[in-house]
Amino acid sequence: MSLASHMTPDANGIGARIRRYPNLLLGLGLTGVIVGMGLLAALYTPHPTDGVSIASRLQGPSLTHWFGTDMFGRDLLSMMMKGAQNALIMGCVAVGIGLIFGVPAGMLAALRPGPAGDFLMRGADLVFAFPAILTAVLIAALYGPGVVNAILAVGIFNIAVFARVTRGAVQNVAARPFVRAAQALGQSPVAIAWYHILPNAAGVILVQASIQFAVAILAEASLSYVGLGVQPPDPSWGKMLRDAQTLMFTHPMQAIQPGVAIMLAVLAFNLLGDGLRDMLDPRSRPREG
Amino acid sequence: MLGFLAHRALGMLGALFVASLVVFIVLDILPGDPALLMLGIDATPEALAALRAEMGLDLSAIERYLGWIGGVLRADFGTSLTYDVPVITLIQDRLSVTLPLAIMSFILAVVISLPLGLFAATRQNRPGDYMTMGFSQIGLAIPNFWFGILLILVFAIQLQWVSAGGFPGWEEGWLAALGALMLPSIALAMSEAAILTRMVRASALDCYREDYVRTARAKGLGERAVLWRHVLRNMMIPVLTLMGLQFAFLVAGAVIVENVFYLPGLGRLLLQAIFQRDLVVVQNVILLLAALVVLVNFTVDVLAAWIDPRPKVLR
Repeated sequence: MSLASHMTPDANGIGARIRRYPNLLLGLGLTGVIVGMGLLAALYTPHPTDGVSIASRLQGPSLTHWFGTDMFGRDLLSMMMKGAQNALIMGCVAVGIGLIFGVPAGMLAALRPGPAGDFLMRGADLVFAFPAILTAVLIAALYGPGVVNAILAVGIFNIAVFARVTRGAVQNVAARPFVRAAQALGQSPVAIAWYHILPNAAGVILVQASIQFAVAILAEASLSYVGLGVQPPDPSWGKMLRDAQTLMFTHPMQAIQPGVAIMLAVLAFNLLGDGLRDMLDPRSRPREG
Repeated sequence: MLGFLAHRALGMLGALFVASLVVFIVLDILPGDPALLMLGIDATPEALAALRAEMGLDLSAIERYLGWIGGVLRADFGTSLTYDVPVITLIQDRLSVTLPLAIMSFILAVVISLPLGLFAATRQNRPGDYMTMGFSQIGLAIPNFWFGILLILVFAIQLQWVSAGGFPGWEEGWLAALGALMLPSIALAMSEAAILTRMVRASALDCYREDYVRTARAKGLGERAVLWRHVLRNMMIPVLTLMGLQFAFLVAGAVIVENVFYLPGLGRLLLQAIFQRDLVVVQNVILLLAALVVLVNFTVDVLAAWIDPRPKVLR
């Protein structure tokens, strides 16, 4: 490709930039499909997911039931759509909790070094010794199994993740000249943190948010699979696999679709995160050469 | 080295203390009556009072904590309420499944990821690299319990090479026992192998960019010698640290995977204890799992320091 074609305005447009990163493109596409499915499920599913119909149980794929039906006669496609909705809610809330508490904590630890920041970071270290699933087990032991407790457990884990990532990113940005310039101009520390530091650290945090979204979807599926997450009759991909496992000898295909859905959803957000990192981090850009 | 060991050992004890405190605070001090939780709302006041006295709930929090930790140090974990046997017996039985499972998957993950990661690193931005990284993306995305189900579908139901789950026990001979752990450890190892492959590749690429590699090549060392003598050793330091951190996820994964294969391990014990409201078991098993994680991280830190080729002043 000639230099001139790189110089055309289009080459720097957002669309062209995205096209240069295959991970990002694939991630965006897959995420779009999953999010679309979840949003659609909030308004419409081909069949209701809360009715039991013994007459139509365990059917194979057909024109009325594209993916077939489960052991209660529920339409598997509708269950998968509702499952997507539940997985996305889990991801949004768990990542939201992590962002709301973790980002300020990380900024505080980076900008005001001292005992409080150290204490916060030691706390984050401790949370890492308890993966989200063990935290979920602890919370479930006390308050009983349920989706709220599962989300809370993954959210707590995410606070530690975002506190760490934000601290590292903010430390990098805070050392740059424009921050010192803002200080010299007499801007308040809060204004500097909000207007100058946070926007420059946002890329790294965004990448992590995408990856933690994938982690949350995986955790929701795992917890629902062992009975500590989404409770019946609410559909969840993890729980669909639990039900499918009891039918494995007679209806092995039931164990395929929910697993593929989890895999694609996790893949989507991981690729999105990797792609964003490729685009935002100039050092990881050797793929064009 | 001795000072370093002492420093790390102290850190490990500190981490264990804090972990025990967290488990205790969550399960023992947060609102909620453990006795009521275990007996249910239909329990008579006499039964509740008796259980509270047995569990020492009428003591102060500090007395209860010290009593619990004192017991743990004497290998007395209390008595399980649902099984009516000492928790230590339960843990010993279940550990003989979970520990081999964790070790087997750990070894498997390392054996897969080291060569794959190095393979990808030496072929950076070529088809071999892209393929390896593609596989690792998929490995990361497949949930371990689904992979376990797929393994059962193929090897137990279709091919009928192994049983679909369960554990014969070590009395039946180690071959049968290891055979029962084979599919579970593969299921558990895959996502670990995927993460480690990425880490090995990144770490090896970093090493290949270092001056000492250029020097080694300049003095005429072959690629193989460069890899074995310079890259591998330096590369292992961050990789070892990550392996230690990943062990916590391996333990958490074991909780899930044991349930796929109906293995009578610690994870299954833990989940059953939750559904049966057996808080004594939950409290001690979680502490044990946390201790396992802390211990492995300590070992890994010491190992990393031992293989670090840099002189101490440069660290």
